[in-house]
Amino acid sequence: MKIAVPIKFVPDLVEELTIDPSGTALDTTWLRLIINELDDHAVEEAILLKERTGGEVTVLSAEADGVDDFLFTAAAKGADRLIKLTGDFSAADNHALGRAFADVIKELQPDLILTGVQAHNDLDGSVGPLLAEYLGLPYVGYVAGVTLAGDKVTARKEYSGGLVAEVEVQLPAVLGIQAAEQPPRYVAYSKIRQVMGTAKIEERPVSGLESSGGVVVSRMFQPEVAERATMLEGSPEDVADKLVGLFKELGTL
Amino acid sequence: MSQDIFVVVEHLRGQVADVSYALLAGARHLSKTSNGEVVAVLLGHNAQGLASNLAANRVLYVDHPALAEFTSDAYQIVLTSLIQEHAPRAVLFGHSSIGMDLASVLSAKLNIPVVNSCRTFTEEGKFVSQICGGKIMAEGDLPSPALVTMIPGGYKAEEGQTTQAPPLTTVAAPALDNLRVAVKQYIEPDTSDVDISKETMLVSVGRGIQNKDNIELANELAEALGCAVSASRPVVDQGWLPTTRLVGKSGKHVKPKVYFALGISGAPEHVEGMGESEVIVAVNTDPNAPIFNIAKYGTTLDMFDLLPVLIEKVKQAK
Amino acid sequence: MPIRETFWNIPHWAEIAQYIAALITALVFVAGITRRVLRWRKGRPEKRGGHFWQRIGSLITQVFGQQRTLDEKFPGLMHFSIFWGMLVLAAGTALATIDWDITHLFFGFQILKGGVYIAFELMLDVLGLLVVVGLGMAIYRRYIARPARLQNFPLKRLAGDDTYVLVLLSFITLSGYLTEGLRLAVTQPEWAAWSPVGNAIAALFISLGDPTNQTLHLVIWGLHIATAFGVLISLPFTKLFHIFSVPLNIYFRSLEPAGALRAANMDGGMGVKEWTQFTWKQLLDFESCTRCGRCQDVCPAYASAQVLSPRNMMVKLDDHLWAKNQRALHGEVVSAEELWACTTCRACVQVCPAFIDHVTTFVDLRRHLVDQGKMDQMLQDALSNLGRYGNSFGQSDRMRAKWTMGLQPPVKDARREEVEYLWFVGDYASYNATLTDVTRKTAEVFHKLGLSFGILYESERNAGNDVRRVGEEGLFEMLVDKNSQVLSKCKFQVIVTTDPHSYNTLKNEYPANGNGRHPVLHYSELLDQLIASGQLKFSKKLGYKVTYHDPCYLGRYNGVYDAPRRVIEATGCELVEMPRHRERGFCCGAGGGRIWMEEKDVKERPSEARIREAVALDGIQLFVVACPKDLTMFRDAVKTTGNEQRLEVKDLIDLVAEAL
Repeated sequence: MKIAVPIKFVPDLVEELTIDPSGTALDTTWLRLIINELDDHAVEEAILLKERTGGEVTVLSAEADGVDDFLFTAAAKGADRLIKLTGDFSAADNHALGRAFADVIKELQPDLILTGVQAHNDLDGSVGPLLAEYLGLPYVGYVAGVTLAGDKVTARKEYSGGLVAEVEVQLPAVLGIQAAEQPPRYVAYSKIRQVMGTAKIEERPVSGLESSGGVVVSRMFQPEVAERATMLEGSPEDVADKLVGLFKELGTL
Repeated sequence: MSQDIFVVVEHLRGQVADVSYALLAGARHLSKTSNGEVVAVLLGHNAQGLASNLAANRVLYVDHPALAEFTSDAYQIVLTSLIQEHAPRAVLFGHSSIGMDLASVLSAKLNIPVVNSCRTFTEEGKFVSQICGGKIMAEGDLPSPALVTMIPGGYKAEEGQTTQAPPLTTVAAPALDNLRVAVKQYIEPDTSDVDISKETMLVSVGRGIQNKDNIELANELAEALGCAVSASRPVVDQGWLPTTRLVGKSGKHVKPKVYFALGISGAPEHVEGMGESEVIVAVNTDPNAPIFNIAKYGTTLDMFDLLPVLIEKVKQAK
Repeated sequence: MPIRETFWNIPHWAEIAQYIAALITALVFVAGITRRVLRWRKGRPEKRGGHFWQRIGSLITQVFGQQRTLDEKFPGLMHFSIFWGMLVLAAGTALATIDWDITHLFFGFQILKGGVYIAFELMLDVLGLLVVVGLGMAIYRRYIARPARLQNFPLKRLAGDDTYVLVLLSFITLSGYLTEGLRLAVTQPEWAAWSPVGNAIAALFISLGDPTNQTLHLVIWGLHIATAFGVLISLPFTKLFHIFSVPLNIYFRSLEPAGALRAANMDGGMGVKEWTQFTWKQLLDFESCTRCGRCQDVCPAYASAQVLSPRNMMVKLDDHLWAKNQRALHGEVVSAEELWACTTCRACVQVCPAFIDHVTTFVDLRRHLVDQGKMDQMLQDALSNLGRYGNSFGQSDRMRAKWTMGLQPPVKDARREEVEYLWFVGDYASYNATLTDVTRKTAEVFHKLGLSFGILYESERNAGNDVRRVGEEGLFEMLVDKNSQVLSKCKFQVIVTTDPHSYNTLKNEYPANGNGRHPVLHYSELLDQLIASGQLKFSKKLGYKVTYHDPCYLGRYNGVYDAPRRVIEATGCELVEMPRHRERGFCCGAGGGRIWMEEKDVKERPSEARIREAVALDGIQLFVVACPKDLTMFRDAVKTTGNEQRLEVKDLIDLVAEAL
């Protein structure tokens, strides 16, 4: 069983986001990138599958600040191969990323591709389903649990309201992960450092990225402050009094 | 290309999802800029009855046994042929477990741009998408044609409903062979617990609750108020509360009179499940938390300072 | 003339038999000790030499002086009596042997004659009574008073070991007196009165007359000798082994600063997975535990939830070294829950009469758990945040100095200009919204005192003290590297911090080139110095009645007890001590990374127990702390124990600011 996990780095929401002077994009001077949380879950799910049934896990990413560290971390968790796509990804949208991943993944011939179902900065679709179509593979998203059964997988697909469908998918396939069966594990720094000495990141230069998602942002802004809540100020005593008054007024107390 | 706006109707287990009605309302708004019609696209098997209250100019209905349950595989084959044949101005999908399985796949397949996370359309027909966990809005001209996934909050479901059944055209399904995806079974949510969607008030806890023991504080407050405790995804993922208490995209959708959010940041996935609550009151130490953008009242006090006092005062007030 | 006739009434064959038994005893004894020593040698190497005279000094005070043992009155006196009584009796026996088998046999003269012999008899007779008293106390304590800490959980069978030792020692003492009494009953020497106990016993037997008494004497002498050899033979195999291991353990104790943890073993994964990865000294620790339970009595983790008992850990680990069917060290012998419960407060280490270092062992075991990624989600999040943002709050490093906003004059940036004092602020004081008021007040006081000080702004990282004690050595090293890089580029004279945890690691664990070989001061020390030099003068006498809580990493780890007390008194407050203070200060429960972990079911939080301890003092108004974490822990505890009306938690700087 060969599993490929393409991942993406996104702006870290812990940092304050600001809009650049053009008004159409995030200001990159203060931007810090972090692994897309759901991609981290996809890596975890892949490692869990490997631990359960054996196989080879390949983690792929486009180059960005911090990607090497993440790839080594994935290796310390149990990923077997690390592939970094190199080139100018500054203008690459998800369509371009999907195509670039598709080219590399074709060579790998994986049985299963897991990736986060979405990322918070997706604007032109999401990488998983785009990649699936470029590879001509079936796609199922919102998956929180994968079981292998011969040339098929059973994916637990989540719907709103808590309904779950067990969906059987013919392999090879792409699954969009909503949550791994357990939260991504912690890896001790010493282990990562050890892996840095032994693991190798294979670099694949990508040229001629085609960003044809076709979505152009003409204005980027932070949500208006006008919609903001009325803030209750004062000591816990004061605020508690106000809340009790409010609950009474609304008839829930 | 026509000027019609297609809306892909989502339905599961014989019920149209609320998001589809909101999509119809959004499509109506968008159609004003293009002078096209709103066309509901309904795929299913013996499901034409679901079309009766869709607020659309007309309904395209495709019936096939393979469409009895939603599968991305069969749906995208059918939608591909419909879109190729009718060339709509735009196709709207829910930003949901169904819509997100389709929009990007079709974009790649048909080479039509897709816009994600659209919340509203402007008067000029521009898309306004909410990204970065609700912290950033991105606006732009809607490509023509375009596929759009829409997040809740922009349009009201009621506005997409009608009492007058729209005209329905049944369209023959293309060949649906060699399908690679099949639904084996559904696992129903646990119903033994309280149904949080029926409560008039909810005390809801998020990541800020920090640990399992602190859930007790929320329980105590809920008990004093005579309501139930619900939670956002991180709390349920930790196993601190059962999934029956989950509010959000993959949990319950709730509309209580008062939604008292404790330590919830207000990520879109959560807001999707509670955004229509009548009054949202939020407690979060981060003054920039997006929850304050949808809450009516808020405080940045530490909930651990506030709760013990509040519990006492609520008890006294009864 | 009084003279000692050592083998009175002993037939020659019995004397010979005794020497044969002695030879066998010696062989078994040596074999038993060798077996133990060989086991220790399976541990990893660790350097514990040097400082010969200092080590001999501790042997004298701790073994012969029984200093720590005497810290607790009843058990202390009990042990002291048995120890000195037995020591003198054993020395007496040795002297008698030399007297008879060497000087008398080969040189034809005896030391034990005349006045010397009389004194010898008197001393042994009376000090034997000391043993009787000590054993009586021990029997009373173990079988009648039955304190919880002596209950043999988790290894019930050890109760047999305890009883065996008590019975053996009681018998050897009583049979010794009987032998003497019977001898005196028969020989009735004129100096018999100098053996008051023996003489009293003799009085009971005289009526039986000879030869009954002679036969009785021979039989009881035989039993006495057999028991004596029994003691020696079983020494390497029972609790008596502590007679051998504890002095060694005291001799080889660490003389490094208490706050400097040994670097993690990296051979075969980080930390200790199997017992052979402990160092020989740690194995000696386990073998030195006498199960006295003093550690358990002072352990905050034990007091709050009974999850962890340092004593039980030592017992289980020692048992594990010898277990035939090896159970897994992690999971079967010790549980993760126990290991995570430790606050690393060091109270156990401080009271242990055998000088066992429990905390180092717990940290080594935790290191393995971290290596395996086995930890609760909260801790995992905290460590991930520390790795990424340099703080456990998961906030941007750019927000670290947000608390300085609006302060006039602005706080200097020590990276850009030279300052005298580099203030290492620490995570809690920087990020915790409820603490920034105190942090700002500290800055204002520093300004008013005219100190030239600055901070590292967003370049500061968590100092790593608790990261290291959680067991995440790699992350600790990374944090040290990052802080050291910045510090090495700054120009300053002294590092000052309000956080005892940062203080400890900066002072004891940062490489000399990391903190630039600069002195590190806790703010209480700095304020104390400024008061002494006259630079800090107060205009008001506050007159509050206060108590002071010793932070573990300031007090027990670094011995700073007096500076904060002098500062409190200088502000004109009356300081009333809680029962547990200074070396015995009780942990707030937050240390060793506990503040980042989930709280499991607790009976009473350590911080709550502490607040109740303070409230019980008469008329205390303020609970003064000198640690940002303490401020949050105790403010919470005051609320949860419902003492908001009675007691207020204040930082030392609050008093200073008010009295200025």
